[in-house]
Amino acid sequence: MPVRESGSLKLWQRRTQRESLSHWALWLIGIAIFAYCWQQISEATTWFFVWDAPRITQDIWSRATPPKWEYITQLGKPIWDTLNIATLGTIIALIMAVPIAFLAARNTTPSLLLIRPIALLIIVSTRSINSLIWALLLIAIIGPGVFAGVIAIAIRSIGFCAKLLYEAIEEIDTTQVEAITATGASRWQIMAYGIVPQIMPAFAGIAVFRWDINIRESTVLGLVGAGGIGLQLSSSLNVLAWPQVSLILLVILAAVVISEWVSAKVRAAII
Amino acid sequence: MSGQDAFTPPIGQPWKKPPFVKNAGLRWLLILGFAAYLVAAFMTIEVNWSRVYEGLERGKQFILAFTSPDFTSRSSDIWDGMVESIVMTIASSVVGIAISIPIALGAARNVAPLPIYLICRGIIAISRALQEIIVAILLVAIFGFGPLAGFLTLSFATIGFLSKLLAEDIESMDRVQAEAIKASGARWMQWINYGVQPQVMPRLIGLSIYRLDINFRESAILGLVGAGGIGATLNTAFDRYEYDTAAAILITIIVIVMALEYLSGIIRARVQ
Amino acid sequence: MLRLEKLVKTYKTGDQALKAVDLEIPEGQVLALIGPSGAGKSTLIRCINRLVEPTSGNVYLDGTELTGLSAGALRRERRRMGMIFQEYALVERLTVMENVLSGRLGYVGFWRSFLRRYPQQDVDEAFRLLDRVGLAHMADKRADELSGGQRQRVGICRALIQNPALLLVDEPTASLDPKTSRQIMRLICELCRERGLAAIINIHDVALAQMFVQRVIGLRLGAMVYDGPPEGLTPDKLTEIYGEEDWEATIEKVEEEDDVEAAE
Repeated sequence: MPVRESGSLKLWQRRTQRESLSHWALWLIGIAIFAYCWQQISEATTWFFVWDAPRITQDIWSRATPPKWEYITQLGKPIWDTLNIATLGTIIALIMAVPIAFLAARNTTPSLLLIRPIALLIIVSTRSINSLIWALLLIAIIGPGVFAGVIAIAIRSIGFCAKLLYEAIEEIDTTQVEAITATGASRWQIMAYGIVPQIMPAFAGIAVFRWDINIRESTVLGLVGAGGIGLQLSSSLNVLAWPQVSLILLVILAAVVISEWVSAKVRAAII
Repeated sequence: MSGQDAFTPPIGQPWKKPPFVKNAGLRWLLILGFAAYLVAAFMTIEVNWSRVYEGLERGKQFILAFTSPDFTSRSSDIWDGMVESIVMTIASSVVGIAISIPIALGAARNVAPLPIYLICRGIIAISRALQEIIVAILLVAIFGFGPLAGFLTLSFATIGFLSKLLAEDIESMDRVQAEAIKASGARWMQWINYGVQPQVMPRLIGLSIYRLDINFRESAILGLVGAGGIGATLNTAFDRYEYDTAAAILITIIVIVMALEYLSGIIRARVQ
Repeated sequence: MLRLEKLVKTYKTGDQALKAVDLEIPEGQVLALIGPSGAGKSTLIRCINRLVEPTSGNVYLDGTELTGLSAGALRRERRRMGMIFQEYALVERLTVMENVLSGRLGYVGFWRSFLRRYPQQDVDEAFRLLDRVGLAHMADKRADELSGGQRQRVGICRALIQNPALLLVDEPTASLDPKTSRQIMRLICELCRERGLAAIINIHDVALAQMFVQRVIGLRLGAMVYDGPPEGLTPDKLTEIYGEEDWEATIEKVEEEDDVEAAE
């Protein structure tokens, strides 16, 4: 707490002069960066359209309402596909994530210097790339369709699940593992008895959590051609069939809300 | 220990682990139902195996492209796209966080009165239910192509994410500290500044950096629908089967995400 | 049956936890290892079944040298050394029965243990042991539903079902109340007598040690400073082990408590 004496008075300040100077400098730099960013965005924007936005919004709104309810009969299969993409993708991801998590966790990895970095690299690279990009890539490789969607969701989820799982593995109680080791158990038995029971709750939680996210992500995968309800959204947008678009958006919204509700219920049941 | 001695151990009888779901009927229903679903799901996925087989060659090429990424031939496109992505990320994070803070205060039941609480929770619910990419499509339709739509999309998404988590943190803060400040006769603003802010500041900083990271990753896909950023460049590269350029872009994204994660680790360790 | 020769453990940090400990335990002897925290009691026990790798020295169990064994041979020898832990170290999310049966892991193959298909005689033995410690009716409860004393009983069953020749007991009473502590200590000593097991019991409670064992080893800074009967622990000896303190009270209290115990 800096206290400065000036004459007979003691002045208390929150920061020393140096501190407050660097504080101000940081703020200044921050504002300058933001101003630069804003100027960049502003340059790339056609402001005429922006001023016109209220009218366009009104226009779209009037076209999009009421939603074309009878179109829902054609959405059954896409919704089923979307559910499958999310569920199968999650299952495949979990199957792949478990060994990767064990290889990445400090206390179970067979080699800290060689295998752990590789596992971490897989985790970070699958995690940092959005499922839409994975879908784009897979469509270029294996062609459009639900299958590409499933694989895209699976790949994107591996890193996410493996990261949370290996953190859970690193936090286990080591004395329980020690106790199993002391009975003369083999390496695999130690894993099955000492480690797996301890991470089971985390595993179940991660599975449901990721499934919920995957439902959201799989609704839009169709925009790039990877199957599901997004395909209908994209084709309706292309022909500017706004009443269909608004119906599809409502369906997606409902799917998201339901999946969130289901995952909350399941998580509450597990924990 | 009397009373328990009456129990006779079942010597000579097999022992089985008690099942997870106690009710046998329900257990079989769950198992069979899940199996039936899996079968049905696999049946309805139409996989064109010959197409997949053809694709393996391209897949191999793509993986090989990672060993020799091409940063140079489209370097100006990559550079522009990356700068635009980063600009959108920073601007939207700043604006999103600035708007999130009052909404988070409004959405915390121990700070805000009921009507404000309901309004703020409503805003959060809408923002969380709508995905970035769908918001981006609508905003592109309204504002036209370009980074403005992307910037608005990410700001909007930031609000839902940050306000919700921050509000939860405010709701779980230590009442006593806040009450002590109130007892000193502080005004509402002073109370927030002295009683609430110090308690939630570390969490706010941590969440903000985390969101910055997410915004960057999201900004990479907004270009697919015309909302600016590196996504458009990436899409073009895939369309032209320029795997080495695509690999270069993906590697850049991964490196930036890793750098952000490393940075956030350092900053979070410092503020806590 | 167990012989330690010049057992040394130096940790990577440079701390010398054990300084050339020599120790011989005959068949069926229960021995208490006392000493202040950091004296190397835990390290000594863990060096015997190599949960901690000794730096140098030898450990002989019935003539088999343990420190040089390969992983597979070490696992076979570990089956003959049951271990009981300070914080029970049960696998909390498994049932009591699974915890007890996990003591047989060294005897059954992976898939049998994974599918919980243990041989019938193992299951019978598990029930017998649980009945012996008064917990047979709890077999299908999850371990984290049990109280501290009950958990330690399950821990004892897990060690005994290994059919060991030696028990390694690490602070069995550290997290229990005084009454339960005595019950657990008595149970361990009784079971050792019934089955003719040798045991090394790490314990910080001198009075409790004196009450139950025939032989006491005092450890200070990784070296043995006392080896003899519990009656020989004079205030001078305790000072040598633990440092300066008024020991008369401790020793008198022991005798007092013994009377109470006898009166019960």
